[in-house]
Amino acid sequence: MFAPFMTDTWIAATIVALVAGCVGVFVVLRGDAFLAHAIPHGSFAGAAGAIFFGLSPLLGMGLAAAAAALVIAVLSRRGRRDAVTALLLALLLGMGVLFLTLSGQYSNQAYGLLFGQILGVSKGELVWVVLLGAVSIAGIFVLFRPLLYTSLLPEMAAASGAAPGGMTVAFSLILALATTASVPIVGALLMFSLLVGPPAAACVLAVTPGRALVWSVCGSLGIVWASIAISFGTDLPVGFCVATLSGVSYAVARGWVRARRRMTQTGRPDLESAR
Amino acid sequence: MTGIRMGIFSGGFFTTEAVWTALLVGGFAALVAAVAGVFTVMRGQSFAGHALADLGAVGGSGAFLLGVSQLWGFVGAGVLAAIVLEVIGLHRVRERDIATGIVFGFGLGLTALFLYLGTTLGHSSNQAVAVLFGSLFSIDPGVVGPVIGLGVLSLALVMLVSRWLSLEALDADIARARGVPVRLAGVLFMVALALAVELTALSIGAVLATALLIGPAACALQVTSRIPRAMWVAVVVGVGCTVLGIFISYESYAWSPGHRAWPASFCIVAIVFVCYLSTRVWNTVSAAMTRRRGVRRVGQVSERIREGN
Repeated sequence: MFAPFMTDTWIAATIVALVAGCVGVFVVLRGDAFLAHAIPHGSFAGAAGAIFFGLSPLLGMGLAAAAAALVIAVLSRRGRRDAVTALLLALLLGMGVLFLTLSGQYSNQAYGLLFGQILGVSKGELVWVVLLGAVSIAGIFVLFRPLLYTSLLPEMAAASGAAPGGMTVAFSLILALATTASVPIVGALLMFSLLVGPPAAACVLAVTPGRALVWSVCGSLGIVWASIAISFGTDLPVGFCVATLSGVSYAVARGWVRARRRMTQTGRPDLESAR
Repeated sequence: MTGIRMGIFSGGFFTTEAVWTALLVGGFAALVAAVAGVFTVMRGQSFAGHALADLGAVGGSGAFLLGVSQLWGFVGAGVLAAIVLEVIGLHRVRERDIATGIVFGFGLGLTALFLYLGTTLGHSSNQAVAVLFGSLFSIDPGVVGPVIGLGVLSLALVMLVSRWLSLEALDADIARARGVPVRLAGVLFMVALALAVELTALSIGAVLATALLIGPAACALQVTSRIPRAMWVAVVVGVGCTVLGIFISYESYAWSPGHRAWPASFCIVAIVFVCYLSTRVWNTVSAAMTRRRGVRRVGQVSERIREGN
């Protein structure tokens, strides 16, 4: 499992988990699960287009992700955000089908983009993952306070002169960057599960945003490492393991919180209500 | 006249049987999706609608492995997912989106598993991609009957709960006070939505299901805020886009280089998106015009008042 040919896989998976853990907390706080689904899956159109025009798929993916993020942010200022996201996602997927048909290549490449092929990471891809992943994590930390403010209290932020629209655009672009770093390696499915599952569990459990960030990163690292180990041992697809473990972690977190609440209601004293 | 038509178009559009099946099934699916779509967009359930389309495909690929008919795989998975989504559905919109995302992610994980099992059992991944993207021109004739039955059922369910949903959309508290079974209405609507989405996904692909569910309804709600009228507009837009898209896709075989026909799903989605953009532009322009006219009217009134004084 720790053979030399697996080293790059472990490194790439660790970076993807770090990125998803950090960005995902804001996905959950902003209620942007649909965006976290649409950008990774939609960027598949960019890769298909790039293959058609003979460009690098990574470039096409990055452009499509950034364009999708911007268009959704702009159109949803005055429209229904979820409807706009759904329409743009459908358009992108339709374009992906068009490019695949025109270039005459069919499903295997698309299959790889949608469901990932983490066990075949190359050195050249690894450099890009590290670079783009580092930039998106840096973006989250630089914008941490204004992002938190506009995510948790959008009305108050708008009233006090902070620009929620600008933050929406900035966050969408960070999400696009994180997507471009991760999707060619781990696939859209895995990225989506990681962006939503562990951070949602962390936000249920944690009391402060800082702690939620730490728990979310720890959770996604644990899930990714465990999934690679399980996948290596049993030959099951990594995407399936990550998606299942992410869902289970959220269910356990909610069950745990509910059980604790019931205990406190039946009269057992606890610290939080005492304070 | 026919001579000119034959000169411009490649002909044979209305004489090909595959085209007729595509028009009938596609048009019917567009109609059902548009009607369910109006409430979906109003209630902010676009994400759930999209998730149901892909989750149906999970059932499709699962049924494929078990050797059960794909139709029942789609419908079973869709209705099950709809009930799960509604039952865990939390009342705050943000939390509901997250919960939808988690169920959805888990479902996609199952797709990955089924695809993996399918390929190890010797099927190719083409089959799975076909489930996702569908093809209007290769509809299985055996599917047509059940699709129409399910569509009628979905329409009936939407009609049944439409009064409740309208009242709830207006004011949830008043609706509850007047004895509307909000929870039941939500579950029934989700089942209707699942049926509409699954029949569309099954017959013409999961991508188109999302576009035909959300696009026409979003256009209609830009134009009018009355629910019955929005439904009519959505149906006209949805069926119109589908027919036009099928036509363009059919014709593209003649003029695209290398005779690679453009996929119908892309043509329809692109037309739907253009429709939505034009209603948005139209709305912005007309709002700006009214505002300016309003300013002018206020100006005239104030002038008149000044003159009177």
